[in-house]
Amino acid sequence: MIDLKDVTKVYRMGEIDVAALNGVTIRIEEGELMSIMGPSGSGKSTLMNVLGCLDAPTSGTYHFEGQDVGSLNDNGLANIRNRKIGFVFQTYNLLPRLTALGNVELPMLYGNKKNRRRRALEALDRVGLGDRVNHRPTELSGGQQQRVGIARALAKEPSVLLADEPSGNLDSTSSQEIMTILQKLNSEDGMTVVIVTHDSDVANHTRRVVSVRDGVVVDDSAVAAPVQAGRSAWDGGRG
Amino acid sequence: MNPFEVIVTAISSLGANKLRTVLALLGIVIGVAAVISTMSVGRGAQAQVTATIQGLGTNLLFVRPTGGGQGGSTLTLDDAYSLVDADAAPSVARVAPEISLAGNIVAGGESTFGQVLGITPEFLSVRNYEMGSGQFISGVQVQNISEVAVLGPEIAETLFGFRDPVGQSVRIGTGTGSARHFTVIGVLESRGGSPFGNLDSYALIPITTAYYRLESQRTVQGEVTIGSINVQAADVDLIDAAISEIDTILRLRHRITETPDFTIASQQATIDTLTDTQETFVVFLGVIAGISLLVGGIGIMNIMLVSVTERIREIGIRKAMGAKKRDILSQFVLEAVLLSFGGGLVGAVCGVGVSRFVDDRELGGQTFQTVVTGDITILAIVVSVAIGLFFGIYPAVRASNLHPIEALRYE
Repeated sequence: MIDLKDVTKVYRMGEIDVAALNGVTIRIEEGELMSIMGPSGSGKSTLMNVLGCLDAPTSGTYHFEGQDVGSLNDNGLANIRNRKIGFVFQTYNLLPRLTALGNVELPMLYGNKKNRRRRALEALDRVGLGDRVNHRPTELSGGQQQRVGIARALAKEPSVLLADEPSGNLDSTSSQEIMTILQKLNSEDGMTVVIVTHDSDVANHTRRVVSVRDGVVVDDSAVAAPVQAGRSAWDGGRG
Repeated sequence: MNPFEVIVTAISSLGANKLRTVLALLGIVIGVAAVISTMSVGRGAQAQVTATIQGLGTNLLFVRPTGGGQGGSTLTLDDAYSLVDADAAPSVARVAPEISLAGNIVAGGESTFGQVLGITPEFLSVRNYEMGSGQFISGVQVQNISEVAVLGPEIAETLFGFRDPVGQSVRIGTGTGSARHFTVIGVLESRGGSPFGNLDSYALIPITTAYYRLESQRTVQGEVTIGSINVQAADVDLIDAAISEIDTILRLRHRITETPDFTIASQQATIDTLTDTQETFVVFLGVIAGISLLVGGIGIMNIMLVSVTERIREIGIRKAMGAKKRDILSQFVLEAVLLSFGGGLVGAVCGVGVSRFVDDRELGGQTFQTVVTGDITILAIVVSVAIGLFFGIYPAVRASNLHPIEALRYE
């Protein structure tokens, strides 16, 4: 589904060119639950931006569901982001003025999707926030905000969920909840989930870990026994 | 994103920072209100003047001497009577010559300085006037050089207060001659309003009395000269014909082929000149008011630029969620246009309110009349929307060109 071949990304910092990605080749199949792991400065965020069609690679090819992303203009990229990719950010990135419901509806607004209200309510229900739909982000805990973020990503039924340090700002209980939801989305809905993290604990919740360092893939291996996040927190609905 | 959602999004963004929205509105509100109220005052003055002049009769022509040589006026009484000629001047209905003198008018202990007009009976109908009380000067009185006078209502009130002036005696004296007694036989109706072209402060006497008893100027040939000739054309459509007939007759009489020593002005021409002058003035006022509209537009641009900077993260989030350039562009342009349109509406209401308030009210010793016209109101609102569009585009383009990643990282 995702096919990256020899992708480089070079940023110009003043006079110097900095290669954030230095020839990355990855294939991600539909239904995978995998993580991209690396310390800060390893290029994993750049990789996530390229995967998420937020940024175009400098060289190499990127095929998303068979489509050559490199040939797309801004509008084409915006379309892919809108229809195919669900983002979950470390800092949630919710619009503070909108309610949970409004935030979840937002991507579908830009995609002119039908039945936005119903889909948004269902998505919020799936992440256990059915009773918080009219709360604004400031009225929600960090864990709840991140769950709104996940609901926003999944309401439009994307091909892949890209989560950038989804539990990076959360305490361990909330982290467990988030991981539970992500695992469940993968196992129950067959959603392709890619988690970008520096934390091997988080990475061990996935079935495959791609390690990135200095802009190259240094390791790509399956996790023998992925950690199952506790179910209790997920069903308990506590924030 | 469909248009309705764009509008909802823009309104909710504007609602998020109410004080700023109101401040941005204010510039446009003041601009539009200023344009509408100044234009309405200008239009009111224009309407007032036009109405006054039209009250005199639109088929009125004035023949005036251009006063070339040392002798001053070269128009004579005979010139005036020569225009009453069914063959040579079929388009001329009535002719009323006048001699204008400045004089002192005294009754009892009261005295006033005013214009004394020597006229003939035709004057009343040519100038489209009615009597307030008493009689107008008759043909017999003109023939008999009678010492009778008809007063304008203002003079009558100054001299006699609330007493009936008819039958009373006034003394009229002009520069050279000695003062003479006149019997008041009538008072003109009051026209009031603008001092232009009304006879409220005039005293009218028979034209013969004016030049035989008070003072007169004569041409080299010894003919009595007159100040001007009021001519009534037979019909509004015959004004041009009347002008050319009068021109031919007077040129013949004065033996002139080139530059004539008289001018013929139609009432309509006077109205046109005056309204033209005033139009220029009104437009000038409007332009000044329009500048405040422009300043309001710059205010909107300023606010929108601040708003874009403040919402870079929001823009980043929207872009990551799949908002296209044009989605962001239309959102911010629409915010600016809504601001200016709202400001335009509120400003129009304020402007019309100010005009209504000023209308017929005495301010600084002057009574203003205002006319609010729909075209100006609509124009002001349309211009304010255009200004919002113009000044809103640059901030919106900046917003839409932001790179999603950089915008997301912006703190």
